[in-house]
Formats: sequence, structure tokens, C-alpha cells
Amino acid sequence: MTIRTDALPTQEMTINMGPQHPSTHGVLRVILTTDGEVVTRAVPDMGYLHRGLEKIGERVTYAQYMPFTDRLDYLAAMNCNCAWAWTVEKLAKIEVPARAEYLRVIVCELNRISSHLIAFGSYTADMGAFTPFLYAIRERERVNDLFEMLCGNRLTYNYARVGGVSGDAPPGFLEKTKEFLDYFEPKLDEYNNLISYNKIFVHRLANVAVIPAEEAVAYGLTGPNLRGSGVPFDLRKDEPYSVYPKFDFKVCVGTGERGTLGDCFDRYMVRINEMRESVKIVRQAVAQIPDGPVRAKVPRLFKPPVGEAYFRSECPRGETGIYLISDGTVNPLRLKIRTGSFVTMNIFEKVTRGLMIADVVAVIGSFDIILPEIDR
Amino acid sequence: METLAISLVNAVPLLAGVPLWTVTLLLMVAVAAVILVFALTFEGVGSLVLRKVAGDIQARIGPNRVGPNGMLQFLADGVKLVLKEDIIPANADRLLFKLAPYFVFVGSFAAFVVVPFGVGLIAADLNIGIYYVMAVTSLVVIGVLLAGWASNNKWALLGGMRAAAQIVSYEIPVGMALIPAVLIAGSLSLQDIVRSQGGLLGIFGWNLFHNPFTFFSFFLYFTAAQAETNQTPFDLPEAESELVSGYNVEYSGIRFGLFFLAEFGDMFIVAALLTACFLGGWNVPFFHVGTLPWIWGNLLSLGVFLTKAFAMVLIMMWVRWTLPRLRVDQLMRMSWKYLVPLTFVNLLGVSLWLLVFRGKGIPGMIASLFG
Amino acid sequence: MEAQVLFDTLKGKFGDAVVELQGEGCSPAFVVVAPASVQEIARFLRDDPALSFDSLMCLSGVDYKEKFAVAYHLHSMKHRHAIGLKVMLPRENPSLPTVDDVWPAANFHEREAFDLFGIVFEGSKDLRRILLPEDWEGHPLRKDYKYPDFYHGIKV
Repeated sequence: MTIRTDALPTQEMTINMGPQHPSTHGVLRVILTTDGEVVTRAVPDMGYLHRGLEKIGERVTYAQYMPFTDRLDYLAAMNCNCAWAWTVEKLAKIEVPARAEYLRVIVCELNRISSHLIAFGSYTADMGAFTPFLYAIRERERVNDLFEMLCGNRLTYNYARVGGVSGDAPPGFLEKTKEFLDYFEPKLDEYNNLISYNKIFVHRLANVAVIPAEEAVAYGLTGPNLRGSGVPFDLRKDEPYSVYPKFDFKVCVGTGERGTLGDCFDRYMVRINEMRESVKIVRQAVAQIPDGPVRAKVPRLFKPPVGEAYFRSECPRGETGIYLISDGTVNPLRLKIRTGSFVTMNIFEKVTRGLMIADVVAVIGSFDIILPEIDR
Repeated sequence: METLAISLVNAVPLLAGVPLWTVTLLLMVAVAAVILVFALTFEGVGSLVLRKVAGDIQARIGPNRVGPNGMLQFLADGVKLVLKEDIIPANADRLLFKLAPYFVFVGSFAAFVVVPFGVGLIAADLNIGIYYVMAVTSLVVIGVLLAGWASNNKWALLGGMRAAAQIVSYEIPVGMALIPAVLIAGSLSLQDIVRSQGGLLGIFGWNLFHNPFTFFSFFLYFTAAQAETNQTPFDLPEAESELVSGYNVEYSGIRFGLFFLAEFGDMFIVAALLTACFLGGWNVPFFHVGTLPWIWGNLLSLGVFLTKAFAMVLIMMWVRWTLPRLRVDQLMRMSWKYLVPLTFVNLLGVSLWLLVFRGKGIPGMIASLFG
Repeated sequence: MEAQVLFDTLKGKFGDAVVELQGEGCSPAFVVVAPASVQEIARFLRDDPALSFDSLMCLSGVDYKEKFAVAYHLHSMKHRHAIGLKVMLPRENPSLPTVDDVWPAANFHEREAFDLFGIVFEGSKDLRRILLPEDWEGHPLRKDYKYPDFYHGIKV
């Protein structure tokens, strides 16, 4: 979109899309410099939610750190819990019982569904259609009920432990999960009919903020954002961890079906399709789950051997990589959490140049960022 | 109004000594008060119905605490707004800030004057009815621009600018889409337009079924009017998720209440115009309402009119909660590149039809085949 | 590609700039290099067809109590292998060349390392604090960091 420089000289306006804004998915401040409605520069200003999680990690023990990972991405808390557990287990070479791994996969995928539901719902709400948001919340309530049955919490679960999970699934949990999956799968077609292919919605999203594949890789995009640009890279398939090799599912990639490959619509559709794949995975996991213990014996004041490990897992918002350095004591020496949302913001300034203000909202929604992940 | 005053003076001997102009003036004030009460009640109940309809569509219950089934929620909201602190931003332009809501409210309320509620129920049957409505509802643009500018807030300014651009752009399709009804009736007065759709053809006497072009202009008017009243999919000026409530972001208390009420008033005006111009107004099918005694005829026609108007309002709410929002350049493109040419072609079509078929519509022609 | 093979390739090409291979207890293994050569080694790692590390997974500052380090975790989309790169820095005035022209993803990570450790990345196109306010004093993740008592009059 070119800015007119002919007869009428206009001044640029600096608007603050402040920390409190309904569409920035948290306390993100974007300093917009606009020429009328067209954005010339959009600089993100982060740090409003910085809680020093990495510094805290150096003070607490490995087991005590688990609740902090909940707050890392509260919409996908199970994924973050399990990421921390897997990292510590990789460092200390702990063997996790099979039933625990299956339970971890079940809860991670269910949490992926609920996180993508929020991404989908809040995105459509940002675009002006308030109704799908409430439908998404309705489905998410059922996932929350499942988790409440399992571990007692609806948002910050603290379910995984170093060496397994905190408790076994109560009787009836697996049946209720199957019921939920049967209820939920047709809903995705309903959402596609209602909003995904709606002409107005497609016009808002198609051809906005196109990110080609090489740029996506170079800028470090991961997860649905990377796959939306056409790169078929999914950690669950390409660097499988836990029991993911036992499941059969597709990697959802953007296809440029309604615009250019790598635009906002592709990233949005990747999330919708990923929900379908997650349903498949949970079905297989529920069918295959073995009996057995759910927790390995790990000493209470656990001291891993000296070493460094980097483990990354596929969280709904990208890959969460945890770089853990242990010096043999009960506290980690250094704990670095690399989250998908933080690295996605790298490309934000480049991609919003020349868009309209309404498109900036569309871009933020399509990246599905969440501030606790960015700020830690 | 004068004739009514004269008949009132004649009927009530007490008023013999009072000059006519006083009686006329008092009568006008009384009628305005009645319409104001109706408008405010409708706007209040309308906001409640909006929330309940939203709740139904969104798989939840709407307000249900205040009053039976939440019926008195609008009263609670009204009392809350009146009791709120009156905050005016520090560097805002105080006079314009205070003036803006009144422009918007007057622009919406003044159009109630020509709404044909029933056979004899119209505040002033102006012979420039539709023209007057178009003119008066344009006052809203000034109010919105003032609100955006005077708030001393860049987001409000953006919202005000967008609103002004949008309302002005959609004025043309709105006007052009109403003219077919005027052409068929041969008069700008709304009562004449309603009367021209009455008679023994029943439902098929409506302008909606008169010819394909008026059928089309119903939908064109509906779309353009949805934009005029800032409803989704055209609610950019108050896009909550982008502009944080746009031009009325700095308003609180009863000033915000006036903006809010004016929006519902506009919705009713649009629904009333839709009913009067395309859906037969207060006409009861297969029945001449004028034959009934004055009070029953008016009550019946009022009931019919209100039913049709409320149905239109419900449909506008339904569309509002279903569709996402258009971006500002898409909105402008839609108006200037699509609606304006379409309404002009439509108008041409209606004119040609009326010329060729000498003013008769399709139902009329079918009826005349059977004698 | 095995870490030892990679180490030997790099040693053959860059000689003394490549210091050692930390393979024990480190997963992925780290190739420790000299600070000044980080940019050219990074470019070689990205451009060489047999290596093609086109994706920077993570860039972190580390405070080993006697010295600082910057750890790079690299991954190749084409060959699906991963390696780590480490640069050891002194505690006073730690600085090294930036790699954000090699991998644009590095920019925010470098800003974070600068913010929390005080490690300066020379040549960076945008090096300013990212998570903390612009006028914050100190670098919190250092082991010898002392919390300030007041910030703009507010008790911390």
C-alpha cells in the first residue's frame, strides 16, 4: 500500500496501542507510527509481564520449579509442565514409566485443543465476530472439566512431575475423554461453516502479512506460524519425543488456499486443522494406554549430574526449548526458556510495515502470541 | 397539528380564551413528550433485547438477575449511567465535548417525527417525509466528528474520522435505495407511501413484491442502513477490539448513555423506514383499516407496524452477531464501487419499469388478469 | 553429522579460533570458539551445503561463576542435525560480534542477553533493553546482581 506524497503533505501520527488493549492478547505495547490509517512503523515494547522466571529457576529446586512453568503459558500449561519434566529427565537420564508418558501426551494434546480454541475464538472476536469466541469457550469448558477431574485445577495444572505425572487418571476419565472427542469433532466443521470460510473473514485475513518459507525459518518462527508458511516441520514428527512415534497423525501445513501461501489465513487454518489431528492423537492414546505406575522414583532433593541439556517440545504457540545447565546441586545453574511467542515477535516489525491499523490486529491474532511466554 | 389544535379548542370550552398558537405549541410539546417516552422505552428495551438475543445466539443466557428474566436490566443500566461521575478529559475541548452527544441524539430523535405509526398516528405528516429523514439523520456525522475531535485522544480521533467517512459514504446508497418507494407512491410523504401499499392485494401489495428492482432495493437499503447505524459488519467506528470503542472512548455516564441510546434510535428509524417503504407499513392485509372506528383502527395499525418494525430490528441484531467486521478500506470500496453503482442501476430499473408498465407492479398485473 | 566430525571440519577451516569440543554431559554437544571469530564461523555454518544450519534454535547468555558465556543452539532444516556453539567471555566488559545478519532470529535473543547479563553484541542493528525498562540499572541474571532498593521512588 503506497503512501501518497503528491499534493497534500500529511504528518505522521504516533499512536500507542497501549498495554491495556482488547486485542493485544495481554500486556503488549505497540508503538504505531501511522500515516492516516497506514502503519509506517510498529515497534513492540515488551516486558510488562516480566517476572524473572529464569532467575527464580536458579533459586528453587527442580521439583519446586514445576508450578512456575504453569505460568509460562497459562493457556497451554500442561505442555509447559511436560516440557520442563522432559528437559530434566533428558539431563539426568531418568526413565519415565509408559503409562505416565501416555497420560502426558493425552493432556498435552487436550491442552493443545483448548489453546487453539482460544486462539481461534479470540481471533474471530478481534475481527468483530463475537459469537465463535463463546462457542470456543463452551468447548474449552469441557476440557477444563476433564482436567479438573484429573488433577483438580482448571488453568494452572502442575500435573507433570520429574519422573512421571503427579497422579493416575481417576476411573471414568478415559471414557469421559472419549465422549468429549466424539462431541468435539463435528464442531470443527461447524466452525468452518460459520466463520472460517465466511467471505468477510477471508477478506480480512487473506494476503495480509505474507511470510515466505525461508524468511520464516531465518527469523526463527516455529509451530503453526512456521507451518503456515508451508514448511512441514513439526517436532512431534521430525524430532519425536515421549511416545509420539507410536501415533499416526498428519502434519498440518498452510496451502495458500484463500490467498498467498504464508498469509494470516494459512496460519489460522493450520490451527483449525491441528485441532483435528490432536483429536486423532488423543483417540489413539486412549486406546493404547498401558497399565502401570505413573511416577518413577526420584529422590526428593534431586541432584542431577553436572551437564547441559537442551530439549524442545512442540507447544501450541511454537516450540518451547529449555536450556538447562546443572552444576550438581539441587538448584539449576542456568535455566533459559526459549518460547515460540518471543521469537515470533522478531518478525513483527518487519511484517507490519505498510499494513493498516486493522491489519496489525489481524497479524497479532494470527501469530497467536501470549505475553507470559514473551516476557517470562 | 394546527387542525388538531383547532378541534381541541372547539371541543374543550375551557380553552376558549387561550390563543391558538399556545395550544398548538403545548400540543406539540405533548406529542414530542409521548414520542420521547416511546423512543427511550424502545431504546432501553432494545438494549435489553440485544443482549438477550446475543445470549441466545452465543449459547448463553443474557442478563437474568434484575427483574423477572432480566427484564428490568435497562432500568438498572440507566440508573447506573446517570449516577456515574462526569469525567471530561483534561485537555479536551469542553464545549464541543459536551455538545457532541446532543447532536447525535437529536439527529436520531428528530427523525421519529415522520415515522408513520398508525393510520392517524404520525407526529407530523410532512410532505417531504423521506427527504427530511435523510437530512436530519445526517446530523449524526457532526456529532460523531465532534466527539472524536473533542476527546483529545488519538483513538477517538481515528474512530470519529472513520465514522464520518463511513456515514457520509453510505448516505448515497441509503437515499437511492429508498427512492423506488417514492417513485411508486408518487410522493415523499411517508403516510402516502404506506397508503400506496394498502388495499386488497394484501401482502402482495407491499412494495417488496412490486417489481424485481424494489425487491433488490430492499436488500440494498438493509445493507446500507446497517452501515449508517454503525452495526457490525460495519461497526468500525466503535470497533471494540481495535479502537477500544472508537469515538466514544472518553465518554462516561449519561453522555455515553446518549450515544448508546441514539444508536438504538437509529436502528428503529431504519426499521421503521424499511417497514413503511417496503413492507407495507401499518397496512393490515386484505383490510381497509380506515373503516374501523378511530381508536381501534389506530391500535390495530400501530400493532401491525410495531410488529413489522421489531422483526426488522431483530434481523439487524441477528446479522450483527453473526458476521465479522469489514476493514475500513474494504468498507469504502464496498460503498463506492458496489453499492453506489448498484443503487443507481436499480433506480434506473424502477423508473423504466414504471414507465413501461404504467406504474403497475407484478402482483397488480397478475390480479388484473383475474379481473 | 556427528559432533566430532563437525568439530574437526571447523578446526580444519578456522584453526585456533575453534577451542574445544564439550561433548560429555552436554546434549547437543558444544563447540567452543573464540569470541572474535563467532560471526564468520556462524556464516560458514549456515552457508556450507553439508552443514546448512539455517535455524537458530536458541541463543542464551550464561553466567558460569568465573566467566560468562554465550551459547548458541543451531539446527538444520535440511539435514535435521543440531549442534551447539559456545563462546566464553570475561566478566568485565563481555562483548562479541553479533550474528543477527546471519540469523535474523538472533536479534531478540541478543537483546535479552544484553538486558539480563550486560553482554554487548557489536554491530547489532538494534541493541537495547527488551524486557526491563530502558532506565533500569544493572543486569539481573548475573550471579552478583544486587536488587535496587528503589526504582523511581517505588520500593522494589
